[in-house]
Amino acid sequence: MLLVAGFVGPMLLFFVQTLAGDGGLATLVERFASVLATDAVSTALTTTLVIGLLVTLSVLFISYPVAYYMANRGGLRFTLVLFCIIVPYFTSIIVRTYAWMVLLGRNGLINETLITIGLIDQPLDLLYTQTAVVIGMVYVLLPYMVLTLFATMKSIDPSLMRAARGLGAGSVYAFCRVYLPLSMHGVISGSLIVFILAIGFFITPALMGGPADVMIAMLIERAIEITLDWPGAAVMSLVLLLLTLALYAVYYRVTDLQRMMGA
Amino acid sequence: MTKRYGKECVVDAVSASIRAGEFFSLLGPSGSGKTTTLMMIAGFAEVDEGGIRVDGVDVAAAPPQQRGFGMVFQNYAIFPHLNVFENVAFPLRARRMAEGEIRSRVQSALELVRLERFADRFSRQLSGGQQQRVAIARAIVFQPKVVLMDEPLGALDKNLRYQMQVEIKQIQQRLGMTVVYVTHDQEEAMNMSDRLAIMNNGRIEQVGEPADIYENPVNNFVARFLGEANLLPGTVEPGARGCGNLRLASGATLAGRLQASGSTTGNTPASLFVRPERVLLQSMDGELPNDSTWNHLPGRVIRTSFLGNILRHDVEIAPGLSMTIDQQNLGAFDLPAVGDTVRVAWRVQDAVLLGS
Repeated sequence: MLLVAGFVGPMLLFFVQTLAGDGGLATLVERFASVLATDAVSTALTTTLVIGLLVTLSVLFISYPVAYYMANRGGLRFTLVLFCIIVPYFTSIIVRTYAWMVLLGRNGLINETLITIGLIDQPLDLLYTQTAVVIGMVYVLLPYMVLTLFATMKSIDPSLMRAARGLGAGSVYAFCRVYLPLSMHGVISGSLIVFILAIGFFITPALMGGPADVMIAMLIERAIEITLDWPGAAVMSLVLLLLTLALYAVYYRVTDLQRMMGA
Repeated sequence: MTKRYGKECVVDAVSASIRAGEFFSLLGPSGSGKTTTLMMIAGFAEVDEGGIRVDGVDVAAAPPQQRGFGMVFQNYAIFPHLNVFENVAFPLRARRMAEGEIRSRVQSALELVRLERFADRFSRQLSGGQQQRVAIARAIVFQPKVVLMDEPLGALDKNLRYQMQVEIKQIQQRLGMTVVYVTHDQEEAMNMSDRLAIMNNGRIEQVGEPADIYENPVNNFVARFLGEANLLPGTVEPGARGCGNLRLASGATLAGRLQASGSTTGNTPASLFVRPERVLLQSMDGELPNDSTWNHLPGRVIRTSFLGNILRHDVEIAPGLSMTIDQQNLGAFDLPAVGDTVRVAWRVQDAVLLGS
């Protein structure tokens, strides 16, 4: 009830007031189409999806080995890796983003070091690029993927890999044929979580991105705060919301399947 | 082979030669090193000292997948994301066999374990016994030289276990497979094995055919572990022609065979071993059997229990020393009651003197 009263209610009110204020369904569709057709919005949508995809893939490639290590090691090494993954999770996103800005800036740690050891003469443009945005977001979203993958991998019976090897499969074949398929649920649900979170990101791209790296959430903020284009903001929000809900539906089905498989 | 974890010797210079086509069991209590021994053969545990030779080739350094053994695990380890057909096909696909060959081999392996109608099922849709059959089919489908089985029937209930023992044994004989089988269940080992090795504390205590070990255990541990045993402690006095006498603390003297190794000599502590079913229970006024070929002692019944096919009596033959005697349940019985004075008797040839 509290959720409906405090969250869903105002949201519906916002959509209804801004979109359905004048005219019927036709005007609504027209408005939708016109907002989505603007250059700024379609570019931002593309950028959002591209960055979301890049971030998800990068997070996946970094997390898989980390989670594998955690799932197959015990004791101190496990605790240490877990600690390193979890602690940043409890720090504010803004603080972590500023930390990366300190590292990547023109006079940041990385540039200074590279100049000092003589690899480059001029500082590199690391900050305010798409790469910087991706790096910052990957760092923030890593724990979600690692923990999701870890949970799935931990539930894989280690005797299955043994059985595979005992039956004549080499390590690579056993991994591809047994471990990877069994961890696939974790890969899919982890990727969905990360992608859903990534496409709604605001702070990191706003602080670390260049003028070209405008994501949809930043555009919504601008429409509300600066241009006061509330109907436009409503359309964009609705698109983002529907996309998220659709992905969430997929996520729900995957985790549901996973429970059914007993894996 | 020897295996150490830290300073502890888990498998201590275990050595056995297993013949082709033989059903060989490693039997022992938990912690006796039997599973570790099997894991060393399979390649999942490193061999610290010694070697493993298959047809004269040492495979101790080879990784498990190159040893070419079939393996059945305790918890079945059926791949949950593959159906029965693909599970059984797994070792063939890992060897990059042609599709047609795979199809026919999997088919015949499934027929062998009577699962041909279940090829499309997944493990969660199968009963424990069916999962066990999948594991067996998967282990034999690529016609390995040796199949290793690690307590494969441990999770099944008693009736199904006996049925599976018979089935595994039939499959083994039909294919002429060499099987190395680990179990802690002595009945299972005796039922299936051509030969078995009794393990204790990381060592093999005795290797032999089940009947031979049962009749001629080499020490107290083996005597007690394989079946029920009476072990009466005393000191040995050498007797005539392969026989010895054992003097009990109570003063009575009993005769028994000396072991072939003949290590039990004069005045050493030893025990007299006799199986409960070889001991007769008589009333005191019964006819005394021929003295020189029989041992007999007076005693008092302190407990009798009804076990269905047998009746088990505990008879005190000296203060603090009792014997277990099994009688076949043949229907009509003059049952001795608790407190009755009786005579226990057994033939000298059924008793063995074991050094301690």
